Amino acid sequence: MNIHEFQAKQLFKNYQIPVPESIVATTANAAIDAAKSLAGDSWAIKAQVHAGGRGKVGGVKIAHSVDEAGTLADAMLGERLITQQTGAEGLPINSVLVEKTCVIKREFYLSLLLDRQAEKLCFIASEAGGMDIEAVAADTPEKIISVFIHPAAGLQAYQCRQIAFALSLQGEQFKALQTLMANMLQLFIETDASQIEINPLVETAVNDLLALDAKINFDDNALPLHKDISALHDLSQEDAKENAAKQFDLSYITLEGSIGCMVNGAGLAMATMDLVKLKGGSPANFLDVGGGTTTEKVTEAFKLIVSDSNVKAVLVNIFGGIVRCDVIAQGIITALQEIKTDLPVIVRLEGTHAEEGRALLENVAPNIIAAEDLDHAAEQAVSLAGGKA
Amino acid sequence: MSILIDQHTKVICQGFTGKQGTFHSEHALAYGTQLVAGVTPGRGGLTHLGLPVFNTVAQAYAATGADASVIYVPPFFAADAILEAVDADIKLIICITEGIPVLQMLRVKAAMAESGALLIGPNCPGVITPGACKIGIMPGNIHQAGHIGIVSRSGTLTYEAVHQTTQQGLGQSTCVGIGGDPVHGMNFIDVISRFQADEDTHGIIMVGEIGGSEEEEAAEYIRTQVTKPVVAYITGLTAPAGKRMGHAGAIVTGGQGTAEGKVNALRKAGVSVVDSPSLMGIAMKELLASST
Repeated sequence: MNIHEFQAKQLFKNYQIPVPESIVATTANAAIDAAKSLAGDSWAIKAQVHAGGRGKVGGVKIAHSVDEAGTLADAMLGERLITQQTGAEGLPINSVLVEKTCVIKREFYLSLLLDRQAEKLCFIASEAGGMDIEAVAADTPEKIISVFIHPAAGLQAYQCRQIAFALSLQGEQFKALQTLMANMLQLFIETDASQIEINPLVETAVNDLLALDAKINFDDNALPLHKDISALHDLSQEDAKENAAKQFDLSYITLEGSIGCMVNGAGLAMATMDLVKLKGGSPANFLDVGGGTTTEKVTEAFKLIVSDSNVKAVLVNIFGGIVRCDVIAQGIITALQEIKTDLPVIVRLEGTHAEEGRALLENVAPNIIAAEDLDHAAEQAVSLAGGKA
Repeated sequence: MSILIDQHTKVICQGFTGKQGTFHSEHALAYGTQLVAGVTPGRGGLTHLGLPVFNTVAQAYAATGADASVIYVPPFFAADAILEAVDADIKLIICITEGIPVLQMLRVKAAMAESGALLIGPNCPGVITPGACKIGIMPGNIHQAGHIGIVSRSGTLTYEAVHQTTQQGLGQSTCVGIGGDPVHGMNFIDVISRFQADEDTHGIIMVGEIGGSEEEEAAEYIRTQVTKPVVAYITGLTAPAGKRMGHAGAIVTGGQGTAEGKVNALRKAGVSVVDSPSLMGIAMKELLASST
């Protein structure tokens, strides 16, 4: 789960990670009041959306008067911000962060995440802050430093020194960095985060370290353990169909193609998307209806798929294991009686009682096609969706 | 004749009296698995499915000398269940549970590092040696005793590979679902090295997916250490970056963990990588025919 910058910065404050003074605003007047109460002579007005790359597309602007703070906030609020990370529709700007500016001497990068290969948490730091860190890693890998945290021993002083020397931080600044890293680790562990990123971490004119931006992602598996974190969830920043799917315990992701896919199992669902592409079509979604597929789930899954106007054909791919194919076929028939769609529905059933399942689907309706095998099913779906994309 | 488990493997079940534990234990018993006891804290002394129930894994182990334990407990109790099994000296632990927080799994892996116990999963279908022992949630009826070792990060794609090798008359020696979580127990290399050493395994099918680098590491291992034919299928070519595709571990981040990268690494290692999931069985049959 993602949260907004202003929420992440509140968590930073709770864990004594230094951030610039800021106030979140949902109206232009509130932005003016925020600028007044923060004092100073310039403020950053930052669109609050769940995506990076805001600065490049006008999502972060500097106001030089309180009135300008209001004007800039007014121009952003209610609009949608399209960045390289959002897709073509962008994300709604429902709030802006009004933040006191500071004089920046240097910009660094600092993040904490799980390294799957090492099976340890890992701090990643770079003297090249404020940039796309993946590009830095690709072009100048010598500017990236990683330190791994042992689950039992925890963060050691020498590890902070390694990063401090790499960033040329000494004396009081080293101590500040050490405290900041310890607090970041504590925040990560206590909230079951999956990534904390500060880009940039800045050195100010008076040599303080400040987290100018803040990004935190959380482990979805752990959210039921953290009611306070779950409460930060902003549905407006996510796809409506993906939100609806979650209510029915369906794993759904919207894509941009014309072939709706309904599959049991995450691996097989991805494989079905790949196969559609291989046959020259384009998948409209990822959808895993799960192992213990019920008629209710299948019905909700069909509703989601046909609510996407891009969908021209539906490909159902089920491997029946302990849940038998004839039971699943009956579920599909019941669901389609309720949905009443004219779209071609190509069903591939394999596994336990597959033949009985296919027989049930024969002659139910002209638009329901029981495919012989997976490759044929994908080919038929591509062809009936209007041929190759 | 197989890896990890055979007809003599004695199994206990943690979470035995729960809905999942009961359902899958019934299927395991029907398959012929030597399920010898169950563990449910507070239910010790009862009999369930004709088997004794114990309060702790240590008690169950003392009474039965079990070789393996299968875990069907809810996600927030699963890390504890794994470590209880490790502490009781169970040598093979299979955790089916999906949804364990990853930080809990980090601690579990660190805590069990020097125990010598093997962990399969979590978030996996389990392990089966057809005709001998079934531990997990896979449908027993699609399997057939034979000579192909199957290792996979995905449940239903394992069943596809099983079904196809059964249809081709090849059968399976052992099938291991290593699970879809980012931090898990046995990895591709741990399983493939055992298939390489197993006389009864003539070919290996591996099913990988986006996320992490275990397929790339396996490719290097296969290139230098494996002489048996290997067929691979990698899923997630069309998965958008930054999105978790169902499995907690199936995500492409920062250009790392892509399907293309894994396919290329495996092809360079001489592995026969198929484009369609429906071709795994045929490709293995052809590879075996050409290598003899």
